[in-house]
Amino acid sequence: MLNEIVFYVNDKKIVFNGNPLTRLIDVLREDLELTGVKEGCGEGECGACSVIKDGKLVTSCIIPVGAVNGSRIYTIEGIRDTEKGRCIIEAFAEGGAVQCGFCIPGMVMAAYALLSSNPHPSEMEIRKGISGNICRCTGYDLIVESIKLASEKGGELWA
Amino acid sequence: MPHTAIDDKVVRVDALVKARGEARYVSDMSFPDMQYAYMIRSSIPRGTIDSIRIPELPEGYWFISAKDIPEEGKNELWMIQKDWKCFAEGDVKYVGETIGLLVGPDRNMLSYLRDKIEIRYTEAEAAITIDEGLAVKGGPIVGEDNVMCSLFVEKGRPMEEVFREADSVFEETIETGFQEHVHLETNGAIITIEDGKYTFYASAQCPFYIRKAVAGLLGLQPEDIVVKQTTTGGAFGGKEHFPDVLCGPLLVAEHKIRKPIKLIFDREEDMLYSVKRHPAKVTYRTALDKDGNILGIDGVVVYNCGPYLSGSFVVLQRGVFHANGVYDIPNTHVKGIGIATNTFPSDAFRGFGAPQTLYAIETHMEHIAKKFGYDPAEYKSRYFIKQGGETITNGHIVEKVVLPEMMKQVVDASDYFRKSKEYAPGSGKGIGISFYNHGGAFTGNGEQAIIKAHARLVKTGEKVRIEVGSTEMGQGFQTSLRKIAAAALGISIDDVSYDNPDTSVVPDSGPTAASRSTMIVGRLIERCAEEMKERWEEGDFSVEKEYEHPEGHPWDQNTFRGDAYLGYGWGCCIVEVEVDKLTREVKVTGIWSSHDIGKAIDELIVHGQVNGGIVQSLGYASMEKMENRNGHFRQSSMSDYVIPTSMEFPKQEWFLVDNPYEWGPFGAKGMGELVFNGADAAYIDAVERALGTEIHRIPMPPEDLEEVLRNA
Repeated sequence: MLNEIVFYVNDKKIVFNGNPLTRLIDVLREDLELTGVKEGCGEGECGACSVIKDGKLVTSCIIPVGAVNGSRIYTIEGIRDTEKGRCIIEAFAEGGAVQCGFCIPGMVMAAYALLSSNPHPSEMEIRKGISGNICRCTGYDLIVESIKLASEKGGELWA
Repeated sequence: MPHTAIDDKVVRVDALVKARGEARYVSDMSFPDMQYAYMIRSSIPRGTIDSIRIPELPEGYWFISAKDIPEEGKNELWMIQKDWKCFAEGDVKYVGETIGLLVGPDRNMLSYLRDKIEIRYTEAEAAITIDEGLAVKGGPIVGEDNVMCSLFVEKGRPMEEVFREADSVFEETIETGFQEHVHLETNGAIITIEDGKYTFYASAQCPFYIRKAVAGLLGLQPEDIVVKQTTTGGAFGGKEHFPDVLCGPLLVAEHKIRKPIKLIFDREEDMLYSVKRHPAKVTYRTALDKDGNILGIDGVVVYNCGPYLSGSFVVLQRGVFHANGVYDIPNTHVKGIGIATNTFPSDAFRGFGAPQTLYAIETHMEHIAKKFGYDPAEYKSRYFIKQGGETITNGHIVEKVVLPEMMKQVVDASDYFRKSKEYAPGSGKGIGISFYNHGGAFTGNGEQAIIKAHARLVKTGEKVRIEVGSTEMGQGFQTSLRKIAAAALGISIDDVSYDNPDTSVVPDSGPTAASRSTMIVGRLIERCAEEMKERWEEGDFSVEKEYEHPEGHPWDQNTFRGDAYLGYGWGCCIVEVEVDKLTREVKVTGIWSSHDIGKAIDELIVHGQVNGGIVQSLGYASMEKMENRNGHFRQSSMSDYVIPTSMEFPKQEWFLVDNPYEWGPFGAKGMGELVFNGADAAYIDAVERALGTEIHRIPMPPEDLEEVLRNA
């Protein structure tokens, strides 16, 4: 390909020289072995592949890598050991949000994006914030509760 | 470390690793020199394959089909019967039937080659719906009349006599549709050779089913095959028998290619070409006296099975055994028919045949109540079966039935009776109620006669390892089982380990299905732990136990008479709705439930199961529409087969009752399926009241509601 694509994944510089139409999820999962990013539907409907691109929650299965030139991408691997990431993950565990777990890394990313922009969301705001993330196991109540818990426990973290 | 008591709050043992994205699902795994596989499938529902034209394959690419099964092998998957072939040969009987497997190192090349394969057919007339199957459209698929399996049960006096005494007879037919599991992780498996043995890594509920199903393809014994379950991203029955359909072709391919091969379905394949919940048509003819009291019910239950049996007869049996719901009807006769059609074979889905008939009987009872001017809750409660009451199979209810107490919990919490009176039919507001149960574990004496589950505890120093064939698929089994072992041993849950089953290591504990894992396998582990605790000072040793059937519970599998189940879970659900009079959009404004699961091993896990089961059931009733036109499913993605999001349903209020079960670990019974079995009927009851109409089928999305109202 003519142009190389340069972007950052979890603060690491990535130079991509392949086909710019390659899906971002494939670059993340296969080239970078970031398998915490899950493929649930391949069409941007389920949110299992959610990552944060330049501060916004996006589904990496419908983004061509050519569209992330110059972007900063964070996956679950990039946030799980940060203070905020740990806060959400521990709240998910404590609150019973995790069942089969396949949607959960994406759900954690959605919670991260939500709490970063709205530190103390109401129940409805939480439900809206994760409405692009499908879970077949939990019926969502305990995920919503867990995000509320992360918001409370995180306190200043989210301010 | 302090020892774990059964009522202690614990953090799910698999929560952190999953939430951190570190759990390895099968699609996350790779092996050196790994090849990829694409399934090549029939594109017609019924006909004969005339020719298969394969493009010239580059070196290192393979097309594997029935021809590659060695002489010593047979082209069959041994599920319950051996009728489902590994690869179609000659005839095809449904859209999506496996014809071949395309294998090679590069996925782009594979998809290019896949598009170049040309298969020519002579198409035959297909039977798709239950009615077409019954009418033997296009000629029989199975036998002479397409009846794949059938049974009947009767209780009380002969039906002619009962109906002669009736003041009126009320007959109606209630239908349910396909439902797709949509486990967030699609189906997938990898085969490789380890220590000279064919070894599968599979997303699966039942690793031992896989080895049994596929071994015969190469003329091998099940023990010659190793299956290692990978972290499974949801299953709901969709990974009970169905992984056999992936693993069979993989085994034949591996026999030739001898490199690791990975087969992962994408979402479209998983939607279009996987098993579904059986569509059902249930007809009740009920004899009533002048006050609306039920004298007897004559029922016919028909399930659409597709062309191969898989688990259908067992599903149908469960459907029939739940056809009178939670009620003690004095005289009943129920016939069940599993009909063959040319749809993708139907198979296990949470509830396993019970949800269809439970939805039907709840709706039927509610319709009778309304006809005679009774409140459905009050009317239904008159018929609650009690401990010792005779079941539909002439057996008896073993445990104390606490439905009245459960009903009171949800009725009080929701203010049901006030709302039931206040919301006039057609007012746009409605409240509905349902009662349901679920027989735990295998039918009748199946646990003893068919499965004979084993479980083992291994002690090394102060640590204990659980060895069972039962799987974690999200339901929380791993945590529950570790908790049972720890509490019974008087040690910490952190000192008890459990690994995903590897069939070369663990004993066969039977399938992870039928809400039997905690109740049956959990009890085995509790018994192992009791013995291990007494012998704790002996050093390192292991204890293995085999299932023992409680005495005094007769069952005849030929006549279907006796105690069909050793214990039931019980449930009661109330749903409140508001329906937009213009758009028919239904807004659920409240959900209340109460369940009797004996005893909760872990309340937080149970909470999650209750929430999830109820939402899945509400999806089934309200939005999950999977249509089949000419043998093809029309919904192929998550944008056209829509399942509930976080916005659909409000926060649930839920209750449990304490009613310890004699033969379960710490008093626990099965619960994974129970919680799916009733919210659908409560929802439809509420919608009917809000619109002042009668509904006879699910799913019922807004556009279908409009049609119901137009035709009313």
